[in-house]
Amino acid sequence: MSNNLIEVDAINKTYERGGETLVVLDDLSLNVPENDFLALMGPSGSGKSTLLNLIGGLDSPTSGSVRIKGDRLEKMSASALSNWRASNVGFIFQFYNLLPVLTANKNVELPLLLTNLSSSKRKEQVATVLNLVGLDDRGGHKPNELSGGQQQRVAIARALVSDPAILVCDEPTGDLDRETATEILELLQILNRDLGKTILMVTHDPVAADAAKRILYLDKGKLTES
Amino acid sequence: MSFFRQVLAVTMMNLKTILERSGSSIVIIVGIAGSVAVMVSLLAMAEGLNSTIASTGQDDRVIILREGSNSELSSGVGMQEIDIVLNSPGVETIDGNALVSGELFVIVDLKKKGAEGTSNLPLRGVQPMSFKIRPELEIIEGRNFRSGTGEVIVGKGAYDQYEGLEIGNKIKIRDNFWTVVGIFSSDGDVHESEVWADLSVTQSAFRREGSASSISVKLEDKKTFDDLGGYIETYPNLDLKVQRESDFYEDQSSGADLIKYFGLTISIIMAIGAVFAALNTMYSAVSTRLVEIGTLRAIGFNGSSVLLSLMLESMILATIGGLLGALIAFVLFNGMTVSTLAGGSFTQTAFAFAVTGEVVKQGMILALVVGFFGGLLPAFNAARQDITTALRSV
Ligand SMILES: Nc1ncnc2c1ncn2[C@@H]1O[C@H](COP(=O)(O)OP(=O)(O)OP(=O)(O)O)[C@@H](O)[C@H]1O
Ligand SMILES: [Mg+2]
Repeated sequence: MSNNLIEVDAINKTYERGGETLVVLDDLSLNVPENDFLALMGPSGSGKSTLLNLIGGLDSPTSGSVRIKGDRLEKMSASALSNWRASNVGFIFQFYNLLPVLTANKNVELPLLLTNLSSSKRKEQVATVLNLVGLDDRGGHKPNELSGGQQQRVAIARALVSDPAILVCDEPTGDLDRETATEILELLQILNRDLGKTILMVTHDPVAADAAKRILYLDKGKLTES
Repeated sequence: MSFFRQVLAVTMMNLKTILERSGSSIVIIVGIAGSVAVMVSLLAMAEGLNSTIASTGQDDRVIILREGSNSELSSGVGMQEIDIVLNSPGVETIDGNALVSGELFVIVDLKKKGAEGTSNLPLRGVQPMSFKIRPELEIIEGRNFRSGTGEVIVGKGAYDQYEGLEIGNKIKIRDNFWTVVGIFSSDGDVHESEVWADLSVTQSAFRREGSASSISVKLEDKKTFDDLGGYIETYPNLDLKVQRESDFYEDQSSGADLIKYFGLTISIIMAIGAVFAALNTMYSAVSTRLVEIGTLRAIGFNGSSVLLSLMLESMILATIGGLLGALIAFVLFNGMTVSTLAGGSFTQTAFAFAVTGEVVKQGMILALVVGFFGGLLPAFNAARQDITTALRSV
């Protein structure tokens, strides 16, 4: 038994486009131990998001295996994968992806609707995570009444609320100014250090990447360490 | 449990966005409301006409026509034939008098209210027994006509529809002046669209002395129909056709069926249009929410709950449209009295649109069918879309 939380083993990911085969990930392997904070860099189109989506259980590899805590993701049915995501992964996106008609409270509550928690328990948990990201006074606001940084904090709260082991972040600071980006990165570091979250973060920004414990580069379908 | 909560959450969210997408939501509502309004109106019309004609017949009453005739207008019977019926078995009697009446059915031209030219108004020459045979006939204003005079009474449907039928007015028919002395009701049946006069006066005015169009009979009991029928059929040299009144008027209501099929055809054509409007609305509803749907799926909401909630949204919009359409039809037409050529007699029958529960139910079924088919494809597409592709479409 290894102590790796995530084991990506010899995966290939190809797309067929107009009769041509586009190889995005080429026989790629990756191990991520528990409580790691990994930054993934590389040129645009190199497949960073693709790799992240495979680990997050949003997509499946053309071949190879993705094993997380012993679960083989590529062997799961769509609905099993859906349930797996709900309890194991929190997603944080570049453009926050909050639902515009819902308040911050309701956005954060969404993942809890997939559990059997009572309404009062859910409210309690929402308040806890909003407090954790420093937004306890903004729960009643809709996304368009919040700044970009605040929206990303709501999104982080949503990713945290069902207490998943893994946070998957695709350019989480890509749409923020330097100062706000730094605040978000500091928040991620706290989650990694104090709550023991394992974090995978795609970024184009070397400063952001420096917040991580280690940095990997993806190019031409292969990973290299710095 | 969790599935139900997922569907509820996504549906509530979708419904909240309806207001923001009010433009396209209105398209689906109006499209469905339009076809439901047309369907409900036309069915209400058929329903009204049908119930007017169908309510006329009673199965313990009989109408006798010349063999081969389908309507009173084309039928002729002689007075001596009426005498044969008077002495037939199975006929109800009061104080030794058989409840049998010869009736002459003719058409007069009168001007309809608010219309150019004249229309066909039926005039029925009747014998005193006619009123005993039809106890539902009631003088609601004025009095009955006196035998042997040129007085008439007017059905309230005819009174509403035609000009100059007020009590005391004289109307000119065939060079004679007839005086209106009363208005009658008749439980909403076709006789309310007629004018009644004395049989012998009518016969001489129309040069039809000694003949009538039909013979009305009240049976002792509805079971004695065969006694009368058998007697007339086997009577030598008598070419008469005996029919229960209920069967006779049922045959006459084919006009209502025609309206009904016409209404169904038109509303199905409109409904097909509404399906496309709904498809369009739901496709655009889904495409503007692709990222949201992708995000929900990433969080762990499953495809079937997304599908079901989009279907629910479509059905809810359809329900609103259906109710609106039924309401429009009800407000515009319910109870409105119109008249139409009905049955084989080429006369005007007045009837009221009846927006009944049954008619509204059929309209709502149409709305839900449109909502279902309009929502199905877009919802199915959204639910089976790749999550990664959906998330990309920022
Ligand atoms: N569904 C798809 N069909 C075809 N090609 C795809 C599909 N999804 C991704 N690709 C291709 O795979 C390659 C990798 O895409 P990916 O989004 O993973 O890149 P990335 O490294 O995240 O780029 P960026 O930094 O711009 O976000 C790109 O060339 C992209 O065009
Ligand atoms: Mg990317």
